[in-house]
Formats: sequence, structure tokens, C-alpha cells
Amino acid sequence: MIRLIPEREAQIVRKQSGQPGPKLACDRKSVSGSVSQRACAFCGSRVVLYPIADALHIVHGPIGCAVYNWDIRGALSSGPQLHRNSFSTDLQEMEVIYGGEKKLLQALRELIDRYQPKAAFVYSTCIVGVIGDDVNAVCRQVAKEKGIAVIPVASEGFRGTKKTGYMAACEAAYQLVGTRSTEGIGPHSLNILGDFNIAGESWIIRRYFEEMGVQVVATITGDGRVDDLRRCHGAKLNLVQCSGSMTHLAKLLERDHGIPMRRVSFFGLEDTAAALYEAAKFFGDAEILQRTQALVSREVGRVYPELARYREKLAGKKAALYVGGAFKAFSLVKALKLLGMQTVLAGTQTGNAEDYELLREICDDGTVIVDDSNPVELAKFMLELDVDLFIGGVKERPIAYKLGVGFCDHNHERKIPLAGFEGMLHFAREIHGTVMSPVWQFVPRRAKTTRPTAPAPLGNFQSEPPTGAPAPIEEALA
Amino acid sequence: MKAPPLPATAPESGAAAARNACKLCAPLGACVVFSGIESCVPFLHGSQGCATYIRRYLISHFREPVDIASSSFSEEDTVFGGARNLKAGLRNVVSQYHPEAIGVATTCLAETIGEDVPRILASYQAETPSETPASLIHVATPSYAGTHIDGFHAAMLSVVRQFAQASERHARLNLFPGFVSPEDLRQLKEMLRAAGVDFTLLPDYSQTLDGRTWSEYHRLQPGGTPLESIRQMGGAPATFELGRTLAAKPGTAAAWLAREHGVPRVALGLPIGLRETDRFWAELERLTGHGLPPALDDERGRLIDSLVDGHKYVFGKRAAIFGDPDLVVGLASFLGELGVQPALCATGSKNSGMKNCLAEVLADTDTSGLVVLEGADHAAIAERAKELRLDLLLGSSKGYPMARELKVPLIRVGFPIHDRLGGQRVPHLGYRGAQQLFDRLVNTILESRQDNSSTGYSYL
Repeated sequence: MIRLIPEREAQIVRKQSGQPGPKLACDRKSVSGSVSQRACAFCGSRVVLYPIADALHIVHGPIGCAVYNWDIRGALSSGPQLHRNSFSTDLQEMEVIYGGEKKLLQALRELIDRYQPKAAFVYSTCIVGVIGDDVNAVCRQVAKEKGIAVIPVASEGFRGTKKTGYMAACEAAYQLVGTRSTEGIGPHSLNILGDFNIAGESWIIRRYFEEMGVQVVATITGDGRVDDLRRCHGAKLNLVQCSGSMTHLAKLLERDHGIPMRRVSFFGLEDTAAALYEAAKFFGDAEILQRTQALVSREVGRVYPELARYREKLAGKKAALYVGGAFKAFSLVKALKLLGMQTVLAGTQTGNAEDYELLREICDDGTVIVDDSNPVELAKFMLELDVDLFIGGVKERPIAYKLGVGFCDHNHERKIPLAGFEGMLHFAREIHGTVMSPVWQFVPRRAKTTRPTAPAPLGNFQSEPPTGAPAPIEEALA
Repeated sequence: MKAPPLPATAPESGAAAARNACKLCAPLGACVVFSGIESCVPFLHGSQGCATYIRRYLISHFREPVDIASSSFSEEDTVFGGARNLKAGLRNVVSQYHPEAIGVATTCLAETIGEDVPRILASYQAETPSETPASLIHVATPSYAGTHIDGFHAAMLSVVRQFAQASERHARLNLFPGFVSPEDLRQLKEMLRAAGVDFTLLPDYSQTLDGRTWSEYHRLQPGGTPLESIRQMGGAPATFELGRTLAAKPGTAAAWLAREHGVPRVALGLPIGLRETDRFWAELERLTGHGLPPALDDERGRLIDSLVDGHKYVFGKRAAIFGDPDLVVGLASFLGELGVQPALCATGSKNSGMKNCLAEVLADTDTSGLVVLEGADHAAIAERAKELRLDLLLGSSKGYPMARELKVPLIRVGFPIHDRLGGQRVPHLGYRGAQQLFDRLVNTILESRQDNSSTGYSYL
């Protein structure tokens, strides 16, 4: 029996039928030494702004922070690929002592001249705040010199979890908003926030809206462009997918530009359809609604037969999921249900109290719900709940595999689109391909038999087990 | 051996920005060392992101769980110091993992705010004597100084200094392989066992970072160098420390053992290719008096036989090698003995002494036109590579964008290999490693020739 860190116990609950149960503690700082699966504020900022493909992203600090996220994500661009580089001021000891402003200034000049970006984001890492660099002043100076927006991102890692970084990123992105004409933006227009175009997901979603007759002004930040951000305040509606990362930007747009927001998800058939209808209803246009109905019924009809085949195989299998934000968790629970699977463990890195309440509502009895978990806990529950599948990110993958559990990557590094109706098909294929693989018969946890033992000896063959070095050949012959 | 200076060296780039760095940060190297010690948990004193990023980076290469604890600095800790958090973190790691050791590496944040980690660790041990069975290892690894390789060797020195004691003389050789693959570690162990040599390999992550599937969860991966063996390193007959650039450095773990405990330091290159592996065995023979075991002599013989079979396919081909200095030097030496011309040798490390080492191992090779880049990033490497007519690239997966752009095949070696399965099982060392590298090299050339030919023979 694996024991938990006592301080962590309040961040784990088991759903019990009919009872409200204890409230799950969340929104806490990670317990020191617990090998949290979380990252830091820098990581949060970087995740949100990364897909803006025609901007320069430079990390101000020593090399580590920049190099670990060089081209690691599946966030595609239909044009420029500048975002896939890793730029850093690579601060050295001398600059830590005497300040890194000069180097930042020189680096920005150099990179802007070379790559001609539409804007630049300057990410502060932990030590920048400590050594007292005036990043804002450098950014102002370069912006003036080069005539593009140079935006500081207050993303020092120690400021908090990814959530803190999301806020900083939203603030930074918002500096671009409202700086370009909204001409040509019609009444049936929206922005999609919190989709990062992983494996082309923004393109899938964009196609749906175009077919419905709805104009997509900006996808933020998937396949993102500086100019789209600058005019996105002209859209009439904001659809917010990854609510954890982008709600803040949507709220700023609501406050200053009166654009209403809707939380949606494009994962799973149910949630994708709901998202499209939500938008259609918002515009209250009969033709849009009609086109939406036609689209939904056609797309569902197209994927359903294949999904039904997977469902036959997957029915009754048990799943665990541990993802970044709660909204994705809700969708996954529903998508798994559609495949006949039961979610027995659900957790997120950064959910809030409201999220966990909702998660508890949609989960079955007995489901364990965790906040900010760690490898030891995840392994404990995987074994105790005897799961067939784990959905998470690359940090969770080896835990699942080590224990002989199937795995589906639902994080930013994947290269398979899981959003929209067709995404659900990819998702089902992924799940089917891992859960039904014949390899599990060999892993210790599932092995029905151990390696076959030798049958009876052949004839009169006698042999001694080898002991150390083989005897010289003459001796053996004698 | 005195070697002529290399003719061509590119000037150090004066660029302020690193564009796609060809190095990682120092704490990563320290974590690799701590992962190769039995019952040891790596612990980073800094923000949560450092541990998480490094875990993810290591996991993507080794495809194994890698637990790295963090003291999860907050804004408050940054202002008032992280002592309280570090202590709480250590307590949690002890109660969760029951490790024999915790390897505490600092991050740039902890170093910049001037954390006195040794003092904090001492006060932790004084405050909690009953619940600290774990030995605490400290290494300073600010990422603004050096690379992951410097972090690796700094951790090696810390470990050895902390544990190695004056010990009765014994026959167990110390072997410090440097940052090589788990497959390489297994290969080294097999070689020494075949020669009947008893040894302590440090670090030994051959199992911890490339192990089997479990029936139950292990908080600590089985395997690793036992602490007890490290304690007795002071009584060893010699320390073999691999890596040519390391050999020129005075402050290594092996140098410390030589100075403090009189254990002779045998500084060798990574045994990559025939000549460097021969040197390794020659030194071993000097120590043990035994020659190459028959099975290995056979391996060596087969390797030479295959070099003869394949020599014409590779002769005169031009290659770029990039990565950690010692790996680049070892591979350059190997290419030199095949008749493949190293045209570009690049590393992200500054002042590693790689250029001198290349001159040594390429003394018999035509190095006219060889470009050596130190302190280079991938953008600079790609820019130089574009100017050279290249047939092959050897290095990590981070060279793939360059390979794709230049349409030159990349042979994936070293770390990280993030776009192929089995990076942890790539062999580089010994005759067998050379055999596999050679086969891959020849077949890469054949494949590219076949794919690009208009006829497409199935018989080459």
C-alpha cells in the first residue's frame, strides 16, 4: 500500500453516491519535494504565446528555460515558422553580476534585423527579477527603434504555477489588441481563444465555422498572427476553449470592448456540437442555425459507424486521466463515456473549486478526483483502480507504461488532432490502439502466465549449470 | 603525443542571442548523475519549472519515469530565501521515497539569491537527526555557468568527495564513463567482466534509465551505483576517467581521488572506434596484466573485417559532428580511421579544449578545411554546414531541422534523441559499438544513394 504525503490528502477525494463529500482543496502552491507534475509561471506564459508564428519569442535568462521548449509542441502554422525556434539571451555569470540589459538590447536588435518579426515577446525568467534588469525600458527602446511592438512578459518562474504565467501571457497579448482597424469584420464573427492548433486543430474548427457562415477573426493563439490579435477586438463573440489559460484575455476583451464570452470545448462529439450550436444560437440567425444542424448531423453520421466499432471493443474498460485544465477533463470524461469506458481517476494540475465540483457531478461513483498530483499518487491509483488506460502528457506516459497501462497523449506535444468530430475519431483510434494492443499480455501486471518453464529434459541429456569461466577444451574432452 | 595545430578554426560568434542552443543547463547533467546512484533522488533547489522541464526532457529520451523533486520556490522564498522550503522538501522526499541519498543541485535562481545550501543542509540534518537516513549531496549548478556536461562532472566530483573515504586497498577499478547511453554502460560492464576485472561504475544508470516493466510501482528505480562502492573508491587500484577534453582538466572526480587518496588517474578518450578502444584495452592490460579476452578479440577482428568490406562506400565522405565535446572528439577519431573526413566539428561548450583534442585524434587525418566551432548554437552550426559540401551529419535529434534543410542524412547519436525510439540503447563504445556505428553509417550512405538513384538497384 502506497502512503501519501499527509499535506496532500486534502487534494484527493473519492466521489460517493448522493453525498456532497468533502470539498477538494485546490489552488494551492505545490508541496515542496513532492515531484509535482506542474511547471512554473514561465512555462505557462510560453505555452500560451508560443503559437504566435510571426512574432519573435526571446527568453531573457540563462539557457535552460529556452532550450527545453525548443520546437517541442505540435502547434502548427500555415505560414511563418519563426515560433519554432528557441531564442535566448543565454545569460552568463558576468551578466548576472553586472546586469543583462545590454545583452538583451543587442540580442533584440540582432534578431529583429535578421528575422523581421511582426512583434517581439520578451520572457523574463527567474533571475531577471532578482538581478534587477529593467526589461520594460529595454523593450520600449527597441520598440521605438524598430517600429514594432516589443512586449515584456512577466513570467519569472517563481511567481507561481502555469496559471500565473497564463495571466502574464494574456496581459502581454492584450497589449497588441485594439491597435489595428476592424474593417471587414461582419456581424457574425468570433474569436477562438485557447486553441493552440495542435496538429492543425484550429484549422478543423475554423472550417466548421466557415461552413456555418461565421467569420473567424482570430484563433488565439493557434496558427496565431500578430495582425489578427491586433484587430480581434472587432469580433462579436469570444469562444474560450482552454479556459484556464485564456479566460483572462476574454475578460479583458469583455471589459474594454464589450465582447461576450462563452466557455466551450471542441473535444468529443457532444461538446463539439454544443460549441457550434452555442455560437449559432448567439448570432440568432436562422440560416446559420440550419447550416450548423446540417454540419453536425453530417459529421456525426460520418464518424459514428467507426466509433461504434471501437465502442464494442472498449466497453467496460477503465480509464484514468490527468490533464492540465479542468475543461478538458470534462470533455474527456464524456468522450470516454461515448466509447463505453468508465473514468475511475480524474485529475488536473490547476483546476479550481468550481471545476472540481462539476467534475464530481459528471463522474461515476467511486471516481477518485485529484488536484496537483505526483508520480507516486498517480501510480498508486492506477494500480488500485486497475485501469486499462491513462490519458495525460509526456511526464505521465512513462508511469503508465512502466506499470503496463495503455496511454493516450492529450497534451501539447502530440502530433495527432483530437478536436472536432474528426478529432474524436482520431481519439478513438488512439484509445483503441493502446488499450487493445496485444503487448499487455506480456507485462508483469497482466501476464496470465510467467515465461514457460522448460518441459521435461530431452532424453538422457545431462548438463551442469555453467560456473564461471568455461573449462579448457582438453579438460572437457578428457 | 604532440599534434600539429588544426589549420582552420571559425572565429567565435559575436552574437548576443543564442539561437537554438547546442547545450542544456547544468542541473540536467547533475540529475543524470544522481539518477545513476542506487537509491538516490535528484532534487533541484529552485522553481518548480526547472525540475519539470528537465524531467520532461529526460523522459522523452530515456522513456523511463524520472522523478526529480523540487523545492518549488515562490515569490516569498525568492525574497526571504528558500531554506524553509528546501527543508520541507527534503522531509517529504525522505518520507515518500525513503532514499539512501538525495542529490541537491542548485538552479540559477538559488545561486543568484545566494542560498547557502551546505549550511541549510547541515541545519536540516541537525534539526531532524532521527528521520534523516538519507545522505545529502550538494552540487552548485547555476545554469549561467557552463553546460549540462559541466553540471554532470560537477556532480561527479561532489559525489566522490562526499562519499569516498580512505579505504583499504582493493582490486576494484573505478570507472567514470561520462555522459554516455545506458547501452554504453552495459557494454562497458560486459567488457570489464569479460576481462575478469572487478569495478565500480559511476554513474550507472544502465538500469535506472532503461529498465524493465514493473508489476508494482517502485518509487526508486532499481539499479544504480551502490553508495557503499563509492565509499570504497579511495582504495581502488586506479580510476579510468573517459573523455579527452576532461583529461586536460584538473578539477575532476578522478583527479580528486588521485590527490586525496593516491588513486592513479587514467585519463582516456571515450572508447569510440578501433584506436580509442584499443587504447582503453591497452591501459586495462597494463593494470591487470591480461590481454584482450578471446570473445572480444573476435569482436575486434569482425570489426576490422567489416571495415574492409565497407571502406569504399565511406572513403572521402564529408561529415559534420555536433554535440558534447568528448563525444564529438570520439566520433571524429572514429571517422578519421574510416577515411571519412570530419568537415565540421561543433559543440555548445565554450573553452572545452575540444580543438586541441581534435588535433590529437586527427593527427593522421587530412584536416584541411576542417571547421571547428566552440560555444556554437544550432543556428550557427547550420549556417556553417550550408557552406560546406556534406554527406553526413552525426549528432542529436536537434540536428534534424538542419538535416532536413540541407537534405543530408542525420545519424542520431548522443543525447537527446527525441524523434526516434531507442535513444537509450544507441551503442557508441567498444568494438561492438563501433561495429554498430559503422554499419549504420555505411547503410545510411547506401540508403541515400539508393533512394536518390534513378535505377534503384536492389543489389548494391
